[in-house]
This record gives sequence, structure tokens and C-alpha cells, in this order.
Amino acid sequence: MPKDQGLISWKELAPGMFILEPGNSVKFKTGDWRAYKPVLDKEKCIKCGMCYALCPDLCYKKDEEGYFICNLYYCKGCGICAANCPKNAITMVLEEA
Amino acid sequence: MGKRLAKEVSIAIAEAVAQCKVDVISAYPITPQTHIVEHLAELVNNGELEAEYMPVESEHAAMSACIGAAATGARTFTSTSAQGLLLMYENLFIASAFRLPIVMVIANRSISAPISIWNDHSDVMTMRDSGWITTFAENGQEAVDLIYHAYRVAEKALLPVAVNIDGFTLSHVIEPIELLDQELVDKYIPPLRMKYKLDPKKPITMGAIGVPEIYTEAKKAQDEAFKASYKIIVNAWKEFEKLTGRRYQPVETYQMEDAEVALLIMGSLAETAMNAVDFLRKKGKKVGLLRFRLWRPFPLKDFLRAIGKIKALGVIDRAVSHGSTGGPVGIEVRSALYQSNKRPKVVNFIAGLSGRDVTVEDFVELFEKTYEAINKKPKFSYEIYGVKE
Repeated sequence: MPKDQGLISWKELAPGMFILEPGNSVKFKTGDWRAYKPVLDKEKCIKCGMCYALCPDLCYKKDEEGYFICNLYYCKGCGICAANCPKNAITMVLEEA
Repeated sequence: MGKRLAKEVSIAIAEAVAQCKVDVISAYPITPQTHIVEHLAELVNNGELEAEYMPVESEHAAMSACIGAAATGARTFTSTSAQGLLLMYENLFIASAFRLPIVMVIANRSISAPISIWNDHSDVMTMRDSGWITTFAENGQEAVDLIYHAYRVAEKALLPVAVNIDGFTLSHVIEPIELLDQELVDKYIPPLRMKYKLDPKKPITMGAIGVPEIYTEAKKAQDEAFKASYKIIVNAWKEFEKLTGRRYQPVETYQMEDAEVALLIMGSLAETAMNAVDFLRKKGKKVGLLRFRLWRPFPLKDFLRAIGKIKALGVIDRAVSHGSTGGPVGIEVRSALYQSNKRPKVVNFIAGLSGRDVTVEDFVELFEKTYEAINKKPKFSYEIYGVKE
């Protein structure tokens, strides 16, 4: 086990571990917690936006063509989108190690 | 200088809090603390104190309200006892980790069960690891002076402070007490300017998640700040002495210069113990008394200096730590001495639970028991003194 797993020196923390930069949670990568990733089959997709509406991490965003694309920087792989897709257009695929 | 007037200690404390110009008071009544916040409510109601008085549904909410108010940069106050303190418990750790300068008075009372409204230190001892600066008053004047000190220290160190007064023995006693002139209070406690606070114009995040990659660093930072508060505490007492002539130190000593045996105690019982010291001194016994005014951060160096060349030390605890090697103070003192070359014999007594009297005669007996420890190894690591067999 590595000795130093810290991200930042304790000396650099603001008192109370306050975060002084508003909205910096967008930098917080949660995508590396994932075991399975959602893969979209555009042939089946009807652009209904169910995945977008149900994603608990707000990962889905509409692209120029109207498809909802998952941002894998945040996606934790919960599979709610795949389970609720009315056209089974989303498949959960095991991440390669 | 102000006038010395006969006042109930709780009322004097409330007046001192008002002099410190608190912005928000949030509390829930519980005996024996009630008079303090009751009087503050009166002062607010009568327009004598410009503050928000938040009557809440529980002590959990009282501490939460203080945390919320302090986070916006308000000067806050609360007070509680026993079960009330326990109901605040989870929030005590949040207040200190958020580095919020909340001041709380604890009118010390035994924890249930059996239900008891009387005095010992079992309530405050549960929060010894909570990261609150913790002081103990011996008498009414000291209680009031520790209030001024608490605000001075809390706002410089950015840490919460708990001022302890013995329930009833101090809280409900009428003593001649001198409050500072308002001018001096204003000088000693300037307006609170928090560098980091909740402000929509300059948003920050408080209470973010401490993932494994940062929690250790957050605790280290808090621990260093807590250790650094020691100097702030001592300096604030030095500044107080310059203003008032009243001298306070982390460890109070009485007749310790040539003492060979000493007792150590916290809170108001020290006054009784001093009478026992006087009595035994007249009989030629070289006894002395130590008292922790500051409990957290633990005044290690002052303590080691204060014990002088004593051969045996009797530590009197006013709380039980079930299944432990002693009472909370006894454990701490033994641990402190282990780091030192000076190691007097230590005997640990638990006495004065739930307001049971510890008289001058009792202290004389405790001194005698401590004398015995010089040559004889105590049978137990601690003894519950005065228990009826």
C-alpha cells in the first residue's frame, strides 16, 4: 500500500476543509468507480430522453443530432438508464481492467 | 473597574455573554443551566440585548442553529447540561471540524441513569475528544472571566470553546462578582470578522465529503489548529491580566512550592480541597493542590512543571469511565507522566458523583490515602471513593 495517498498537503487546506472555489464538484471524477459502462445502440434509440431524465448523476447530455450521450467522466455505471430504456438501446458492458 | 455586586452566577454569566455582544443565542432549557439562557431571553425581550434568540425544539437543534449562525459569521452562544449535551453530541464534532467559534457554557450535571440533576463531570467528559477547547471554573468570578476569555480565544483560534461550571454549586450560588466595564469588553473582544463564511456574494462550500484521499489531511489540519490554540489561550489570559489584574493560568497551583503530596481536581471542589490543604499544613504536612483550569488542549508542560517534586499525586475524577484504567483525568495524567522523567506515584479516586458532598474531612482522608501510595502499591488502578459497602 502506498504511504502517501493524499491529494493535497494538509497545510494547503482551507480551515474546516472548506472549498473556496464554487462549483468545483464538476472536477470530481466519479467515472472511475464504474464496473459496467452504458453503450448506446443508435439504431434502436428513439431519442426519448428517458436515460437523460433518470440518470442520478446527470451524466446524459443531448448532442447535435438529438441523441443523449453519457459522459463517462461521471458515469458510475449504475445501469438505471439501461434498465429503463423502452427500446433496450443501452447495454451495460463490463469495463476492461 | 466595575463594581462587585452579589449575583447568582448564572445571571452574571448571562450578563457577561450579553456584554460580549452575541448575535445569536440558541438553547433549550435544562436544569441546572436554565437560568443562563432564561436571563438572556429576558435581556433580548427587554431590548437590552440586540440579538436573535432562537428557542428550539431540542439541544440537537440548538447546536445546529449555532453552527448555522456561526457559519454566516455571527457570534453565537448556547448552554446546556447532561442529557442536553448528549443530544448535541454529533454536532459538537461538526462545530469543531468546521472551525466555528461557538461558545457554550456547560452547567455540569450527572448523566442518566439513574436520573440525576446534580453535579459531577460525567457530561463534559464524554466530549473530551470532540475538538472543543474546554475550561473549568472554580468560582463565579472565574466563570464570568472565562466567558470573556472564551470569545477572545474562540475567535482567534477559530475553534469552539466549552466553559464548564459545576451545576448548582456554581450555577445557582450567589457570589460577589465583578463584571468588566463595557469599554474593556469591547477592547478585549473586537467585532467578529470571519474570513470564511457563508455569503451569497462569495460562495464557498462547507461540509464537503472527505474522501479517503483527503480525510486524513483534514484531521491533521484540525489537530494542528487545536494544538496551536494553546498559545492563543495562554496569551488571552495574559491580555486579560493586563486589563483586569486577574491572573489565570492553564494549571492552578496551591501550596505546591515544597509539596511532597498533592491532589489534583477540576472545578469548584478545589475550594474545599484548599481548606483541607490549609488544615494539613497547620499540622506540618507538606501538601499541595493542583487544578486544571484548561482541560483541552491538555496542558502537558504546565502540568509537568506544576507537579514539582511531589512523591505521590491523588487524581480526583468526577466521572466514571467504565472498564477503563481510571477516571478520565486519571488516565490522562498517567499518560502525561509516562512521557516524563518525573513520575510520582499516582492514585486515582472517583468522588463527588451526582452532587455527593466531598467535605474537607474527605479531602484530608484522600490526602492520607495518597500519602500511603508513596510506600505501598495501590491495590486498584482507581477507587470509587466514599461508596457505601
